[in-house]
Amino acid sequence: MSLRKEHEIHERRYSRNLGVGLTLAAFIVIVFGLTVAKVTSGGFEVPRAEVQN
Amino acid sequence: MSDASINASTIREDEAQFGDYFALLKPRVMSLVVFTALVGLVAAPVSVNPVIAFCAILFIAIGGGASGALNMWWDADIDRVMKRTKGRPIPAGKVTEGEALSLGMALSGLAVIMLALAANVFAGLFLAFTIFFYVVIYTMWLKRSTPHNIVIGGAAGAFPPVIGWIAATGSMTLEPWLMFALTFMWTPPHFWALALFMRSDYDDAGVPMLTVTHGRRATRVHILVYTVLLAILAVGTAFSGIGGPIYLAVALVMNALFLLGAWKILRRNEDDSEVDDFKAERSFFKLSLLYLFLHFGAILVEAVLKPYGLGGWS
Repeated sequence: MSLRKEHEIHERRYSRNLGVGLTLAAFIVIVFGLTVAKVTSGGFEVPRAEVQN
Repeated sequence: MSDASINASTIREDEAQFGDYFALLKPRVMSLVVFTALVGLVAAPVSVNPVIAFCAILFIAIGGGASGALNMWWDADIDRVMKRTKGRPIPAGKVTEGEALSLGMALSGLAVIMLALAANVFAGLFLAFTIFFYVVIYTMWLKRSTPHNIVIGGAAGAFPPVIGWIAATGSMTLEPWLMFALTFMWTPPHFWALALFMRSDYDDAGVPMLTVTHGRRATRVHILVYTVLLAILAVGTAFSGIGGPIYLAVALVMNALFLLGAWKILRRNEDDSEVDDFKAERSFFKLSLLYLFLHFGAILVEAVLKPYGLGGWS
């Protein structure tokens, strides 16, 4: 199946698809940033008592 | 998917764009949610990682937006009747009711789970309760059944600073509830002023606003009573842990203006209002927006200055 534009619906829905695409991309960046922040600030550290057990 | 699968029912000339789905989230209400939640989070006496703080505010805002979409889904019938809401995506024919429901439910779940992961489970649960309160308690139940709809329903709009505080601390004290009370007491006079100059809208839609059930005179009295109670609360907050001299100065000036506005509304009758097209009611409504912004802005300034020994009374 080619990726050639075959229907004018693709043109009409361009802004909608672009918006959804950018939103999903932003969500990925946010989740990644949040994970980095959590890991570096010790948010995912196992409490010491559990480690000893 | 091939072109053969795009049938006539799929293609709509005036189909929704991305902005129409965004409009379902009530961006203007969302901006208030973002601001008050931010103040709640910053005013909390703990330091929060900026990325986690940003994510917490974002997911609180998405939760607020999701409840806006669910509100538009449920209220689509009356939104078609009221002038103020006719241009919303569903009455305008851009978005279907089913789409609004799906978007609202999906974003609600996403916002609650992500806030619980980003901040803490307590904050996530409180956001879930807020969405439930706004959609089920206010939109589905109170809005169409009691003239006190705005009073009790206003609580939903007052929860964001509490959620922001919980996101930062994981616990609750008196201070976030003072911010809650400020928005809660501010909501009725704000909406009743709107109901006074959007005269026929609520009548046409059959929403039992105070103006419809108890009359316009009673509404004017109620606005003044709530404004007096609000002024006592707002000035009293200056002497709590989130207040300070800057907040006190703002509260004294704004509450004097607000009381004056409510007094003017009380002294007018319908003929006076008709003559100048509800000038006093409209200016009171505009002032109410500035009132809330400046009160929360002052709390934010006090909190930001505290680490430098300038904010608060210490």
